Amino acid sequence: MTAFLIRRLVGLVVTLWLATVVVFLVLQVLPGDPAALMLDTSARPDTIAALRHQMGLDRSAWVRYGAWIWGLVRGDFGVSYTYAVPVSELIAQRVMVSVPLAVLSICLSTAIAIPVGVLAAARRGRGTDAAIMGVAQFGVALPNFWLGILLILLFAVAYPVFPAGGFVGWEKGFWPALRCLILPALSLALPQAAILSRVTRSAVLETLGQDYVRTALAKGLSGVMALWRHAVPNALIPVVTIIGLQFSFLLAGTVIIENVFALPGMGRLVFQAIAQRDLIVVQDLVVLLAGAVIVVNFLVDLAYLGLDPRISHEGAK
Amino acid sequence: MNRILATLLATTILAGPAFAAKDSITLGMPLEPPVLDPTAGAAAAIKEVTYANIFQGLTRIAADGTVAPQLAKSWTISADGLTYTFALNSGVKFHDGAAFDCSVVKFTYERAVATDSTNSQKGFFEPIATTACPDPLTAVVTLRRATGDFLFNMGAGDAVMISPATAATNKTNPVGTGPFAFKRWIKGDRVELERFAGYWGPAPKLASAVFRFIADPSAATAAVMAGDLDAFPLFPAAESLDTIRKDKRFAVVIGTTQGKTIMSINNERAPFTDVRVRRALAHAIDRAALIDALGGNGKVIGSHYVPGRTGYIDLTGAYPYDPAKAQKLLAEAGVKPGTEMTLKLPPPVYARRGGEVIAAMLEQVGIKAKLVPVEWAQWLGPVFADSDFDLTIISHVEPNDLGIYARDKYYFNYKDQAYRSLYTRYNESNDPALRLDLVQQLQRKLSEDEPNVFLFALAKTGVWNAKLTGLWENQPIFANDLSGVAWAE
Repeated sequence: MTAFLIRRLVGLVVTLWLATVVVFLVLQVLPGDPAALMLDTSARPDTIAALRHQMGLDRSAWVRYGAWIWGLVRGDFGVSYTYAVPVSELIAQRVMVSVPLAVLSICLSTAIAIPVGVLAAARRGRGTDAAIMGVAQFGVALPNFWLGILLILLFAVAYPVFPAGGFVGWEKGFWPALRCLILPALSLALPQAAILSRVTRSAVLETLGQDYVRTALAKGLSGVMALWRHAVPNALIPVVTIIGLQFSFLLAGTVIIENVFALPGMGRLVFQAIAQRDLIVVQDLVVLLAGAVIVVNFLVDLAYLGLDPRISHEGAK
Repeated sequence: MNRILATLLATTILAGPAFAAKDSITLGMPLEPPVLDPTAGAAAAIKEVTYANIFQGLTRIAADGTVAPQLAKSWTISADGLTYTFALNSGVKFHDGAAFDCSVVKFTYERAVATDSTNSQKGFFEPIATTACPDPLTAVVTLRRATGDFLFNMGAGDAVMISPATAATNKTNPVGTGPFAFKRWIKGDRVELERFAGYWGPAPKLASAVFRFIADPSAATAAVMAGDLDAFPLFPAAESLDTIRKDKRFAVVIGTTQGKTIMSINNERAPFTDVRVRRALAHAIDRAALIDALGGNGKVIGSHYVPGRTGYIDLTGAYPYDPAKAQKLLAEAGVKPGTEMTLKLPPPVYARRGGEVIAAMLEQVGIKAKLVPVEWAQWLGPVFADSDFDLTIISHVEPNDLGIYARDKYYFNYKDQAYRSLYTRYNESNDPALRLDLVQQLQRKLSEDEPNVFLFALAKTGVWNAKLTGLWENQPIFANDLSGVAWAE
């Protein structure tokens, strides 16, 4: 187990370092000067030069890379060129939107998908199964931003139950802040639930055909008990894998939904930072998100250990 | 049933609706300001939040585009146009309690021209030789050379008064002398302001204001329709305007801006060095059709000057839409049919969609326009800084910017001595009659040389609650001045 952890930790550090090199090199090639963008068309060359100096952009690329990495090692993410505030502060505000949104979406999609998928598997070939899989097929094809716009038109414009977008901030209270996240979370969760329910159904179908389920039924266990005690737990590995992938996507790949709902999340921060050439923010976010994906994958692996003792035996070798 | 359910949900979920007279406003803006210090960045959004609300200058630009007193209650100008004596208002305080007097004026202007200044309009302050304080409420500004636009420039967002104590922190915690004080900023979502109790002038009607940042056109429409926003002064979704017009709750107000939308031409690159080619391009574009394709709200212009400004003359008839004439001029200049030109398009709709329309029109006269969409960063770098382009579409939004045609180095490379001397005379004159004559000559000269193809003046499309009064209909400068905004009973 310790060897396993060390292996993963080394992997994490190497991957993160590679991410820093790649993102830094890519941003060097990208045309566009953050200082010129801040000052726009009326600025004189000496003013742009003064701002470049203030931002530290007049140093060589190597020095800037070194300074950035040295900062990261000490936990200092640097100062945003555009916003002139510490990047850590900027990211912390966005994390407070993106992480709750991702968690809410995953909870919603899992809560919908697993019972529905298991039900479809148990009713295989019957009307319920056909109906569920038909809806799921539709859900897979549903673009989440379109669903978002529909939800806004319905629950914000026609029946104003929720705000049409924006985020009031957690300091205004738990419920006012959560209200802002419900429609976006639904828009993200429903298409994901569609995918997840299909995965659940096929995984459960596979385990239902296994010998141990037949044995359980033969020794007199009811169909429902055999399903929940034996078939479902053994079907969870592919399901957890998909949940892990979906969670990684939700952390940063939600820029379109954030735009539709005008939410200040991580996705929009990355997008804005690239357009405004807020290079330091782009660098930090790429590294942070790479780290988050690695950590999520690690948690998924840990979940495997819990779900299937055979894996843990191998890991302990 | 659905309606009942929704109503039930609404009444249980919503916090008690406020029936008291409304004294707050929530405005939508397409872009978020990067910082909140108008002297530290060029982004229009900075001024749209802070100008006249948080920060004030010695003079101010009023809704009609004229110069009005603000922190200076009056001024005199010496006969040679070199010495401006400002009488300052007394009892003016910054939001942190610091007093405003002449020392602040001196600090502000000297800071703006310092070597390490990052003021994007440093040029406004460059004519200032000295700022002297004979007494705390009198500021005497001496110029190196007469500058006709000096009072206008000192009313710009870039010239607002900055307290020495807070100069370094204004980017994130702005402290000014205006009727509203900064409360908080949720980055990516909103900036909140509240009425400043110690304001020196008449107290504003509004107790608080929120600026929300919504770039996506459909999100903007939804926020307006849902009543989440009271006003969207620069509404980004032209295609939703008809729906909003039908709704009695809202007023749709089409006003003017200072945006001169032009197809810029690289005057140093062949074949554009030949005036016949530039005139041919002007004849090849049907401006009315272009405006229609972009929503129908712009106004055709014939020079680098917008209708409504003092001294505007109508030169829109100089190059009527005439493809045959365009082809003839091109042939005379030796430009063969099928010649390829690149047309670089920055992100705004007028450029991206407008570029496609213009490319189709140019094809009619035998020019193949290769459309190259670029981000702002790529426009400011290669196109603007390095003049690496044939043609591009851009709206020049600064007021009074005839001077860009007189610069030694400016991206479209128009270098004409006659224009330059004309502009110098205009710039250094304080005589209104002479300035009027010269500004008309400048417009004519540009129309004649057609260094760029002048297309149309950008319209300002505002949407707000029909009960709101006092918002600016037009946009003489970038601002959302809330000092006179109120809710009608």
